[in-house]
Amino acid sequence: MPLATTEDILEDLAFFDDWEERYKYIIDLGKGLPAMSERLHTPERLVKGCQSSVWIDVGRDDDLLLFLVDSDAFIVRGLLALVMAAYSGKTAAEIVAFDISSYFQQLDLERHLSPTRGNGLKAIVARIQTIAKAVVAAA
Amino acid sequence: MTFDVEAIRQQFPILSRKIDGAPLVYLDNAATTQKPQCVIDAIVDYYSHCNSNVHRGAHRLADEATTKFENARDIIAGFLNAASRNEVIWTSGTTEGINIIANGIAQRLQVGDEVLVTEMEHHANLVTWQQACKRSGAILRIAPINDDGELIVSAFNDLLCAKTQFVALPQVSNALGTINPVIELIVSAKAVGALVLIDGAQGIAHGAVDVQALGCDFYVFSGHKLFGPTGTGVLWGRESLLADWPVWQVGGEMILSVSYQSAEWNLLPYRLEAGTPNIAGIVGLGAAVEWFSSLDTIGLKTHETALLSRATDLAEAFDGLTIVGRAKNKTGVLSFLLDEGHPADVGFLLDRQGVAIRTGNHCAEPLMKRLGVPGTARASFSIYNTLAEVEQLFTALNKVKAMLA
Repeated sequence: MPLATTEDILEDLAFFDDWEERYKYIIDLGKGLPAMSERLHTPERLVKGCQSSVWIDVGRDDDLLLFLVDSDAFIVRGLLALVMAAYSGKTAAEIVAFDISSYFQQLDLERHLSPTRGNGLKAIVARIQTIAKAVVAAA
Repeated sequence: MTFDVEAIRQQFPILSRKIDGAPLVYLDNAATTQKPQCVIDAIVDYYSHCNSNVHRGAHRLADEATTKFENARDIIAGFLNAASRNEVIWTSGTTEGINIIANGIAQRLQVGDEVLVTEMEHHANLVTWQQACKRSGAILRIAPINDDGELIVSAFNDLLCAKTQFVALPQVSNALGTINPVIELIVSAKAVGALVLIDGAQGIAHGAVDVQALGCDFYVFSGHKLFGPTGTGVLWGRESLLADWPVWQVGGEMILSVSYQSAEWNLLPYRLEAGTPNIAGIVGLGAAVEWFSSLDTIGLKTHETALLSRATDLAEAFDGLTIVGRAKNKTGVLSFLLDEGHPADVGFLLDRQGVAIRTGNHCAEPLMKRLGVPGTARASFSIYNTLAEVEQLFTALNKVKAMLA
């Protein structure tokens, strides 16, 4: 199953008007993320300082950056799926150009990006942006 | 005087808040308690009418501020049944109180001496002693708990010996709610000549504390867990020990006389209170303790027991829920895990329904490792919670479970 695009997600979420449906949808998106093998749950891939554990693995396919992410919490996995829709399988230049704050604002989920949430989302976004900027700078 | 939970709730303005349209169900009382109107008023009144610095002013406001501030010390001394008001030292909270004692003892410990704590410590009552031992070459011993989260008293006693210089214990575990048999443990520790500190952070809001009856040497607590302001706390210690305890911070207030090259320390309680204190906070804490002391203590205990008992019954009947911490003697805390869903999921989805709990390791990471859990979801109750709120927690948990399935 191809990953949902940011447009798909924005469109789907606009359709729901109660929080339960919204979060059920987000949880389901998380369940649909490609599985990360337990073998990849290593300290280098772990994002520190989160209540739940969050891992990220980075790969390349020519110009495209591929990310594999995982979390032991359902909501966080769902939020990671939203981030993956924006970032995974994109070029470094596309990642750098993408306005993630605006995307989360449109999703009405910007409070999850707050550094005080401690859910690892902010840290994952920062890590992906750092990687993409380094790739752009090296090109 | 009877215990009327609705009358108590009326005094807490925050309890009428709504979260995303749902009434707030505040079950994070082990983290901090809410404040009654009289405490809020005491702080507003202080800043509105007599804000000034204490002890050294030559004017009316300074006199009034000092009177209120020192009156709060008398209130706390009475509340704890301290032998003297000089035994009540203001701190910023439990953590600072423990640091004052751990820092002092570190200067007196020798290589090979031992300090004893338990497996259920909050980080504040663990890292402090761990570091004091590192600095001094002393050995930190850890008294074990059983799988229910109860201290194994025989093992605790076996770890006491002539080398044990210091014992630090929680009155109540913050993560599990276990009530320790502190009097019995203090007697054993005193029998080998150790000094004993009781971490009262979680014990203080659940009934009267009599430090002389306890028999410990130090007792510490935070004002904010006793319906008082954040940034306030009390270190109670025996006057004979505190009188020459190594000073903690140095500066103004804690000195008698100063030359460019030397200084003479002030007398108790001021020698351990450097700098301008949190005057408004202390005045608020005095109001909180007066308020708390005015409640029907037996009714309060009965109510708290009923809350925990209902929560435990509903938890046991809830399919897929595991209670973490099953001590026979417990207060105010239901720590748990759901089969489906991480504690972070549970906390988030409860919050969306207006139910505030805490999730994570509860500043007790080694305890979570010992129990083999990644952390827990923790509902903690206070005197203003109702049985209906306990039931709302479980109604909300049913929805959480359905959403995560």
